[in-house]
Amino acid sequence: MNAEARPAVRLASSSVGALAAMKGVFARDMKVAFRQRQDLLNPLLFFIMVVTLFPLGVSPEVSFLSEAGAGILWVAALLSVLLSLDHLFRHDFDDGTLEQLVLQPQPLFLLILAKTVAHWMLTGLPLVVLTPVLGVMVHLDGNSIAILCLTLLIGTPVLSLIGAIGAALTLGLRSAGVLLSLLIIPLYIPVLIFGTGTVAAAAEGAPVGAYLALMGAFLMLALTLAPFAAAAALRISLSNG
Amino acid sequence: MPEPLLQAVNLQCERDKRILFRELSFSILPGTVTRVEGPNGSGKTTLLRMLAGLNDAWTGELKWCGSPVANQREAFLRNMLYIGHRPGIKPLLTPMENLRALMAGRRSVPDAVFRQALQGTGLTGFEDVPCRNLSAGQQRRVSLARLLIADEPLWLLDEVFTAIDADGIAALESLLQQRAAEGGAVLVTTHHDLALPGMHKLILGAGGVSDER
Repeated sequence: MNAEARPAVRLASSSVGALAAMKGVFARDMKVAFRQRQDLLNPLLFFIMVVTLFPLGVSPEVSFLSEAGAGILWVAALLSVLLSLDHLFRHDFDDGTLEQLVLQPQPLFLLILAKTVAHWMLTGLPLVVLTPVLGVMVHLDGNSIAILCLTLLIGTPVLSLIGAIGAALTLGLRSAGVLLSLLIIPLYIPVLIFGTGTVAAAAEGAPVGAYLALMGAFLMLALTLAPFAAAAALRISLSNG
Repeated sequence: MPEPLLQAVNLQCERDKRILFRELSFSILPGTVTRVEGPNGSGKTTLLRMLAGLNDAWTGELKWCGSPVANQREAFLRNMLYIGHRPGIKPLLTPMENLRALMAGRRSVPDAVFRQALQGTGLTGFEDVPCRNLSAGQQRRVSLARLLIADEPLWLLDEVFTAIDADGIAALESLLQQRAAEGGAVLVTTHHDLALPGMHKLILGAGGVSDER
């Protein structure tokens, strides 16, 4: 091993800026995800399957579906995000890249925010894109579909952000699945209620501005607090691992 | 006498209700290689993880260049390189992509330097092969390629000789020695028979701790 390229030993005072480091984390997660495409498809297939099973299992009546459709889609989206959460840190933990992430000289919560954004773009965003198609399938009208997409667009990042806390907390456990769901689902319930409530209000012709504003507030709250909590949880999990 | 890079005062660590070490004090001076010795389970890995800041379950004081690490975490992390049991290599990415990702948060390095480092670790021709297709030793070498581009003065290396062949070990030994000669400080744990001239030893074990030359 020759070391011609290595610079001299002296204390470095500056490192790469936080934004560039976040970009690096984001780019790596995207690259890894696209090398393993079946992991990307899993939440999407789950989403489609749950939504298609409802007309078959409960009732194909237009009146039932157009009333329950938004709720079905929201629950299916919530569960498929939940299903993908365990992967958020697990692989990185196993191969040691998570340790190196924690040791990067930038604030950890920013790096976790970058990871969570990547997670949302890979799971939540495809669900939103798929929603109009499935919305037509469950006989939602155009206005309801538009509002549903909007609520999912605001709501799924909240699911990813809150989920990151749970995923970080349960990282050290061998079988985290059930515990992760138990921890996270109570925190998902308000998002679900307001998400479906918005669509129901729109269907009745009521104004939805207040609902959307509340969902936006959820998103802001999650964006500002969840990365801190997830960073603290990650440190605890690594400390025991 | 030069100022110590890293100073540990009265470290105590408890794991699973067992005290791994207590009243552990030592200084890591620039220009030294220190080997942490001790039987399995004596806390070598735990000590290195503590020093790196990955383990919080300890009491005592850690100082970086004279002031507490906790007050200057980012400066400390920027000047410290930790390579642990888990190599920190993504199996789905190629060695080049892995090095790029690992250095992305530290400083910008041109690709030519990465290629040169990978050649230096004997991975010529494997730069763009996904790491999962490489052997365990080759994956180790990818993480060790970081040592060839590292400008961090302090290296914490945990069992880095694992899965490396005889030539690789000799090269790594001379790299550590050269590093110390350049003014860096290296803390290493290994079960390999490492004997470098002027090497310090930090011995952990049931009988307490001793620091000898």
